Amino acid sequence: MSNIPSDLKYASSHEWVRNEGDGTFTVGISEHAQELLGDMVFVELPEVGDEVDAGEDCAVAESVKAASDIYAPIGGEIIAINEELEDAPETVNNDAYGDGWLFRIKASDESELENLLDAEGYANTIDED
Amino acid sequence: MTSKTVLHAKHLEANAKMVDFHGWEMPINYGSQIEEHNAVRTDAGMFDVSHMTIVDVKGEQAQAFLRKLVANDVAKLTVPGKALYTGMLNEQGGVIDDLIIYFFSETDYRLVVNSATREKDLAHMAKVSADFAVAVTERPEFAMIAVQGPNAKAKTATLLTAEQQAAVEGMKPFFGVQVGDLFIATTGYTGEDGYEIVVPNEQAADLWQQLLDAGVKPAGLGARDTLRLEAGMNLYGLDMDESVSPLAANMAWTIAWEPEDRDFIGRDVLVKQRAEKSTDKLVGLVLEEKGVLRSGSKVIVEGGEGVITSGTFSPTLGFSVALARVPRSTGETAQVEMRKKLVNVKVVKPSFVRNGKSVL
Repeated sequence: MSNIPSDLKYASSHEWVRNEGDGTFTVGISEHAQELLGDMVFVELPEVGDEVDAGEDCAVAESVKAASDIYAPIGGEIIAINEELEDAPETVNNDAYGDGWLFRIKASDESELENLLDAEGYANTIDED
Repeated sequence: MTSKTVLHAKHLEANAKMVDFHGWEMPINYGSQIEEHNAVRTDAGMFDVSHMTIVDVKGEQAQAFLRKLVANDVAKLTVPGKALYTGMLNEQGGVIDDLIIYFFSETDYRLVVNSATREKDLAHMAKVSADFAVAVTERPEFAMIAVQGPNAKAKTATLLTAEQQAAVEGMKPFFGVQVGDLFIATTGYTGEDGYEIVVPNEQAADLWQQLLDAGVKPAGLGARDTLRLEAGMNLYGLDMDESVSPLAANMAWTIAWEPEDRDFIGRDVLVKQRAEKSTDKLVGLVLEEKGVLRSGSKVIVEGGEGVITSGTFSPTLGFSVALARVPRSTGETAQVEMRKKLVNVKVVKPSFVRNGKSVL
């Protein structure tokens, strides 16, 4: 059973969301997702300033095994991306919830958070996989 | 019901992620496929290849049987231990399987064929051998460990007997020798130096542990695939199968056309294809920008299209490479359909890395 921190929210498409408390939200992929994908070789991120809708594919995590779309868990403006991943995509494997974060969104409507899963809910969706 | 090799417990001990590989529960990686790949390119790694099928061919007409069965000519083998890579073809000139044949004498050979094709290979061999005075015997009592990498031979040497060391000392590539309980061959599927070692099942776990203790890293099927692809080696079922001519699979060098009166299975079709230049060809593709070429993707070339048969990210090169079957007219560039867009790729010979270095 992989690690699913209880202070994060999750999308069923395996993204996690951390509320930074200032209207911005950090997004990454879960430990379970990186395990499924295997060694990451490229991460394509959106551009700072992009406007995304909840559920929009806005990044790609490409591993030795497959290319996988990453969906924006909530809508808003991309205000930061993790540029370190350009040279070190394996950080997503090594530290999925920390240094392996992907991008940060300034939410346009924080109520969209309510559509996401809590840790327990996400754990249940994985069990069904 | 999946089969397990005798090294299954050793894989679990090493925290392997196990997957079903054509009915065998095999390690795909032990944590990081890329680290395992790099261990083989820079040091020494080992693979459990016990799922592969070992078949001994013995008897008065062993040579005659194999000269019928495969496209290469075993009569070229005269030095005991020498090995040969070739394809076993059907009457339509398609590849039933690729295999290695070790020569001991004209009445004694050892074949190593793929596991995924085991049943049809054995059935085909049984059928063809019926006309020859020969015994075809599967050897499931043996496991096989491939030890590969620039330091593979030195690390293996530390656990061989003096007699075994003397026997493999200076052995050229593509030879094998039975010494003591081990059959040690200078063959492999990575483009690196090393051995493939056939060991009795009951001794396999000990040998694996000794290799571990000697500093050889376990490597899974994931790394095995990226290593063989960098080395430009075909994988049966992807780069060729029964519907593909060896001429379209970079296997022309494994066909012996002389002597002309050797009537191997599939010969007539191949002779015609060769004269008419009617088959596609297998090339290498290189993508130097972001993204990974994947098998099954369409390749667009001048005047036609082809398909990627195997594609991967090359950990040694830092970008993606692929093997592709394309029309013979293909030039030096092509385009690949990748995730809704077309990307430009270079067309090269189907070989990318040898002995740890780029050959591009």
